[in-house]
Amino acid sequence: MSDLLQFLFSGLTRGSIYGLVGIGFALIYRSSHVINFAQGEFVMIGGMVTVFLLAAGVPLPVAALGAILAAALIGVVAQVAIISRMRRPSTLSIIIVTVGISMFLRGAAEALLGRQFFSMKGFSGDDALVLLGAKVSPQSIWIFVSLVVTTAAISLFFRRTILGKGIQATSSNRLAAHLVGIDVPAVLAICFALSAALGALAGLLTTPITLTQYDVGITLGMKGFCAAILGGLANPFGAILGGLILGFAEALAGGYVSSAYQDAVAFILIIAMLLVRPNGLFSAPTVDRV
Amino acid sequence: MFRLKREFISLTAFAAFLIVLPLLMPNAYFLDVATKTIINAIVCVGLNLLLGYAGQISLGHAAFFALGGYATAVLGSRLSVPAPLAMLAGAVLVGVISYVIGRALLHLRGHYLAMATLGFGAIVSIILNRELAITGGPDGMPVGPFQIAGYSLPSALGGYVLAAVGLFIAVKLATSLINTRAGRALRAINDSEIAAATLGIEVAAFKVKVFVISAIFASIAGSIFAHADRFITPVEANFLRSVEFVAMVVIGGLGSVVGAIVGAIIFTLLPQMFAHFEEFRHVLTGALLICIMAFMPSGVVPTLASLWVRWTEPAAREKGSVHGAA
Repeated sequence: MSDLLQFLFSGLTRGSIYGLVGIGFALIYRSSHVINFAQGEFVMIGGMVTVFLLAAGVPLPVAALGAILAAALIGVVAQVAIISRMRRPSTLSIIIVTVGISMFLRGAAEALLGRQFFSMKGFSGDDALVLLGAKVSPQSIWIFVSLVVTTAAISLFFRRTILGKGIQATSSNRLAAHLVGIDVPAVLAICFALSAALGALAGLLTTPITLTQYDVGITLGMKGFCAAILGGLANPFGAILGGLILGFAEALAGGYVSSAYQDAVAFILIIAMLLVRPNGLFSAPTVDRV
Repeated sequence: MFRLKREFISLTAFAAFLIVLPLLMPNAYFLDVATKTIINAIVCVGLNLLLGYAGQISLGHAAFFALGGYATAVLGSRLSVPAPLAMLAGAVLVGVISYVIGRALLHLRGHYLAMATLGFGAIVSIILNRELAITGGPDGMPVGPFQIAGYSLPSALGGYVLAAVGLFIAVKLATSLINTRAGRALRAINDSEIAAATLGIEVAAFKVKVFVISAIFASIAGSIFAHADRFITPVEANFLRSVEFVAMVVIGGLGSVVGAIVGAIIFTLLPQMFAHFEEFRHVLTGALLICIMAFMPSGVVPTLASLWVRWTEPAAREKGSVHGAA
């Protein structure tokens, strides 16, 4: 019983991280139909910038905010300076460009910081709490609370603010949004900023548990992508549920089936889902009109 | 008639080039780089049929490449199956797997194949890393030379000859496929699936066929790579390897066999050129990818080809873009 609880806590922690990374994929996909392969690198940037600001003596809340803003800024620059300027973009050429951006950012981190791991203390220390007989690190609680707060904030942002509604409108029909006076290029840039910021948040939250390195973005990016596919790429809140399902499935499979194949669970799940419900678990099936 | 003659001349010139190339290489290192380039080109010529003609994205071709390589390594070197048979077994295995994946997903529109192949590639990579007893795990395993009835060429040249023969056959198969009814059907599918279906083309069946063909090309290339390098590791199945293959095809130019080869050359030689800036290699490669896509969105070969047409035949401008025959 306490084993099961332990696995569930671990799944909740992983799942929250995957969910946060996954929302970023879904936001960008919804607004500009781009699969952003550089999303994982924002996770890396979030962790790295926080670690280095902390080492420079900056207090944690400021360091975290600085990391999120730095990632958002890089996201905006990537969108405004590169992606939005592509002539005759096709899905493939955009994929290659985002892959180029991810190689560039990862390569820059490798060249500037080297290949070693960087660590960071938990926000409330590293002594595990005992909850119902299972050990939980306080960082896990931080991660889960952050996911809940972020989900609520995004939901309010979409429903209650003009900007949020502008993003919704642009996602559902770009031309119509443009016609009613929404500044579509600005909306697209903001979506990139928001995705990068969420990725960075996930990165700085997970660093005390998983450490960070120049290439952590590859794995975390792929898991986040799986979370977004599971939830249906078109639905940001689906990505959160997709992330949580993935987190639980990984933790349970790792605990009860095989720890060597824990990392394969995400990919087995997406293939199974593509075969059964190709539009994601939480999307209404779309009908092609000819 | 005219086209057949032109195709014959280009293929002969290409064969001559492949024969002369090793004579121009000053040392074993350059010969090795040429061999790696040609092996990547085999994958690209196949992948280009899928990306450039059938309009489908695969993010898992490195897995097919690695499966071919490991079939050769495990069957050929460990179980002493003759090398050509081991290569064939790998190709059959990859053919069956890609048929099953393609059959299940290619009737769907959109990027389902990209997502499924990404997932499949990741699973293959994890299996190759974990099954130590069979694959040697992350350290990889050694592979013997390519032997037929106990005979083999000297090591470095043997790898080159195998790769060159493989590329020549790949190019021949790809051009003959493109210039037949099947090739025209594929182009029609890429232009408009609905129009192609209306004309009686079985869209899904064609896409599955091309996916299987491109996967088998990758598997054969993987087997050749294992023989040429005399070693194979799970790195070959990496997601980044898959992305590299796609990048090569897109950079060279979709829908052109020459483009696929040029893309493989550019992408394989680049890291060698940046070797002096070891630390900044990935930054430079990333920046170059971004620049090529920003300035030549249709790829290097089609962009240069249309510039050439504009320069030499101002009257031909109205005809639009040129499609190379070879």
